[in-house]
Amino acid sequence: MIIATNISKKFGSLHALNNFSVTCNKGESIALIGPNASGKTTFIKTVLGMVVCDSGFITFNGSNIKNDWQYRSRIGYMPQMGRYPENMTIGQVLDMMKDIRKKQVKQTLDEELINLFELKPLMQKRMRTLSGGTRQKVSAALAFLFAPDVLILDEPTAGLDPVSSEILKEKIIAEKKNGKLVLITSHVLSELDDLVTQVIYMQDGRLCFHKTIEQLRVDTGQDKLAKAIARVMQKQ
Amino acid sequence: MKKVIKYVIIDILRNKIIIAYTLFLMALSFGIFSLEDNPAKGLLGLLNIILIIVPLVSIIFSTIYVYNSAEFIELLVSQPLQRKTIWISLFTGLSCSMALAFLFGAGIPVLIYQADITGFMMIVTGVLLSVIFVSIALLAAVKTRDKAKGIGIAILLWLYFSVLFDGFVLFLLFQFSDYPLEKMMIGVGMLNPIDLTRIMILLKMDVSALMGYTGAVFKDFFGTQTGMGLSFLVLLGWAILPMWFSIRKFKHKDL
Repeated sequence: MIIATNISKKFGSLHALNNFSVTCNKGESIALIGPNASGKTTFIKTVLGMVVCDSGFITFNGSNIKNDWQYRSRIGYMPQMGRYPENMTIGQVLDMMKDIRKKQVKQTLDEELINLFELKPLMQKRMRTLSGGTRQKVSAALAFLFAPDVLILDEPTAGLDPVSSEILKEKIIAEKKNGKLVLITSHVLSELDDLVTQVIYMQDGRLCFHKTIEQLRVDTGQDKLAKAIARVMQKQ
Repeated sequence: MKKVIKYVIIDILRNKIIIAYTLFLMALSFGIFSLEDNPAKGLLGLLNIILIIVPLVSIIFSTIYVYNSAEFIELLVSQPLQRKTIWISLFTGLSCSMALAFLFGAGIPVLIYQADITGFMMIVTGVLLSVIFVSIALLAAVKTRDKAKGIGIAILLWLYFSVLFDGFVLFLLFQFSDYPLEKMMIGVGMLNPIDLTRIMILLKMDVSALMGYTGAVFKDFFGTQTGMGLSFLVLLGWAILPMWFSIRKFKHKDL
């Protein structure tokens, strides 16, 4: 569904992405793992067209995303740090997004997360008054709201309390079962165990490996993802 | 596109600066017209103040607004919207707000006191100036990532167009006063939208006699329909070109 071919991106002298190629198919749930500054977020932003890569190309369902923008209606994106217009209320932000995205595809809205996170009573609150966790909840609710085919979640559980974090994980698992492509980055490897089916490990903007989680378990002889990755990192 | 423009305008109206600007322009215009017993003289006084204030407010407000909407822009870019649409909507929203503020603030008093061709010219060129400086502001804001630097550049640009440019022109005139520069001055005037506006309105006011021989040459050029049409085209170019460059830049910007 998403195929990246030899994409490179430089920020000044820093190679954020270096000849990075990867294929993500429908129904997969992929963990993007790597040390800080290994290019995970840059990759996600290139897929969304927020960062334009220097060379290489990305296709979404077979068409190059370079001059396309319609494809974004099929992606739900939850950023690492949700940044929203500060003087809008939660309700206004949600309404605005509904308003902007409605005309493209006739779709049913998935308001499950809004209800589960109990955002309804907070609708009148301005974005600048929100805590980091509530912001994350708004981001998550927005990502799932339009029932997209692809979910891109950048550190989804960072800043969420254990209860909300559990709600979000349940939701991700449910969407995975619905046959959607889920891309997750996270540093909390223990929580990825039941979420993902594949692992992409990145370092310095390069792809180190892309394996299914079973394959990784066999290769490293470890049952838990956290330990398996630790083993991989030690070897290097 | 309409939806994004709607949200930009709602957002601009919400921060009330634009309303304060409208009221300020209105107070200023009514004040000047009621101080002068001759409305034509009032218009001249108003012209000089407007040529300073309209570009200043337009460029500074727009630059700061673009930087403050960084989150908003980032949010929109990850949505199924074309980048071009987002940027043009931002431009349209800002231009409409600045133009409407000018129309209400200065347009109404001018129409009340001096509803002739000169007054009308003043309103049209004032609106154009507002749009031109929004366009320049967008270019300045898209080129620089740093907020303080971007606003600094916007202030310098304003300073250049309203003060420094005239200084350079005067310097040129004195240095080359032995040569016939009158015709060339028309071309030089086109390089600065503020000067062009000033010349266009002054010539409509029949004070060109005060400008000596240059005034006569100007009258020959700007007095004709071709000259006027050309000047308006140049003003339009000043509004469109910076905007066009900024779209090209914004399309490839990393957010």
